[in-house]
Amino acid sequence: MTVLDLTHSCDMQFVAEVARESGQNLTLCYQCGNCTAGCPFTFAYDLPASSVMRALQWGQRETVLACSSIWICATCKTCTTRCPNNIDVARIMEVLRHISRREGYAPEKQIKQFQDSFLQSVMRHGRVFELGTMMSFIARSRRLADMDLGPKALTRGKLALRARDIHGRDEVEKIFRRYREGLEK
Amino acid sequence: MSPAFAYYPGCSLEGTAVEYDRSGRACCAVLGIELTEIPDWSCCGSSPAHAVDTVLSGALAARNLGLARQGGFGGVVTPCPNCLVNLRTASRDLDDPDRRARINALLSTPCEGGLPAVSLLQALHEQAGPAALAAAVVRPLAGLKVAPYYGCILHRPPGLMAFDDPENPVAMDQLLEAAGAEVVAFPFKTECCGASYGVPRKDLVMELSGRLLEAAADLGADALAVACPLCQMNLDLRQDQIAASRRRAFGIPVFYFTQLLGLALGLGRADLGLDRLVVDPGPALRKLGTGG
Repeated sequence: MTVLDLTHSCDMQFVAEVARESGQNLTLCYQCGNCTAGCPFTFAYDLPASSVMRALQWGQRETVLACSSIWICATCKTCTTRCPNNIDVARIMEVLRHISRREGYAPEKQIKQFQDSFLQSVMRHGRVFELGTMMSFIARSRRLADMDLGPKALTRGKLALRARDIHGRDEVEKIFRRYREGLEK
Repeated sequence: MSPAFAYYPGCSLEGTAVEYDRSGRACCAVLGIELTEIPDWSCCGSSPAHAVDTVLSGALAARNLGLARQGGFGGVVTPCPNCLVNLRTASRDLDDPDRRARINALLSTPCEGGLPAVSLLQALHEQAGPAALAAAVVRPLAGLKVAPYYGCILHRPPGLMAFDDPENPVAMDQLLEAAGAEVVAFPFKTECCGASYGVPRKDLVMELSGRLLEAAADLGADALAVACPLCQMNLDLRQDQIAASRRRAFGIPVFYFTQLLGLALGLGRADLGLDRLVVDPGPALRKLGTGG
């Protein structure tokens, strides 16, 4: 159990940034705990969803951006569906993930590596090439994963061995390129 | 005759979920729902794109909405819940001038506005419906005890998805019942299976999908019915891994709901891709008395 020390300096600019990007009123959270109670990933979180909300209200920038929870959150939206004050908690978790990524935090390295491998495949081919995504993940993480699944998927015709690029591949690549250029500005 | 929908399969339906594509198209054909595949569609970015940035995710989905609009379609149908969330979110964002401008700044061909998107489940429920389905059934699924599993995001958040009940959805229950199956009250209908963490954090999927399989087994279900390629992969392809991690054998086949509906509609095994399931569906199908 992580004990939150809220006496650290309070970064109100950070609070405003998250409120703006998420479009949510963070002050509405009164810590009922519904988000934490319903969250299927609480067992694996270092900081439960309601604690993320509390730390956020108090501008605990480092605590929030460096926690694993915002990377593990799968956006299942149970929290959003059950919040009595209609706060889109999943949206807030997602915005925190965006900022955390932009600022170079990656406490869940393999989750980031998987996301990067997936998006690289989309950028290259226009559609995800599943086998290529796996190979890229293995190369990035230097970790062999799911070797037992390959033959099962292969014998049932579920795994394409070659990527099939779409005609509009360049258009998709340009989406990524323009996005990156926008970040650099 | 229902209106023609632009059909957006999504990447999985060309790979690990090819039987969902095949069975979904076959059911729609029998029930008179016209699907026209969006030409040269591209990936919606799935969950990795919206984990990185909402505008990037919006643009990847919007390219496809733009193609559907150019084709003159009034709506899009997709079998995959993750694609649906991305298409719906992009559609909502495209109707907001400020967000539309940010999305269009990434696109080669700007998209001028949103387009309604529905799941294949919603299309089958609304365009055909349980009554029309029941009337078309030639081989009822009598004797088959099925646990319907919707997955987490098919109906959530309710404000965006606007279909069925976000906590206790019933559309799939009703269609399976119309097909003659015995549908069990499955308490984990909308719990998360662990999503795309099978590769980077397998422990999460072992726990969450493990709970689902145990609940289905404890209820005495012969099979699970699913509507999501990722849920199906976690529960079917990874079932041996889960059995090993939980030290409990399951042997529960995980059908796409369209495969079960297709069986009831008299479609053949090959049309439905039943031979592509990893957990052998034979024992469950033999309960139907139609030969596994």
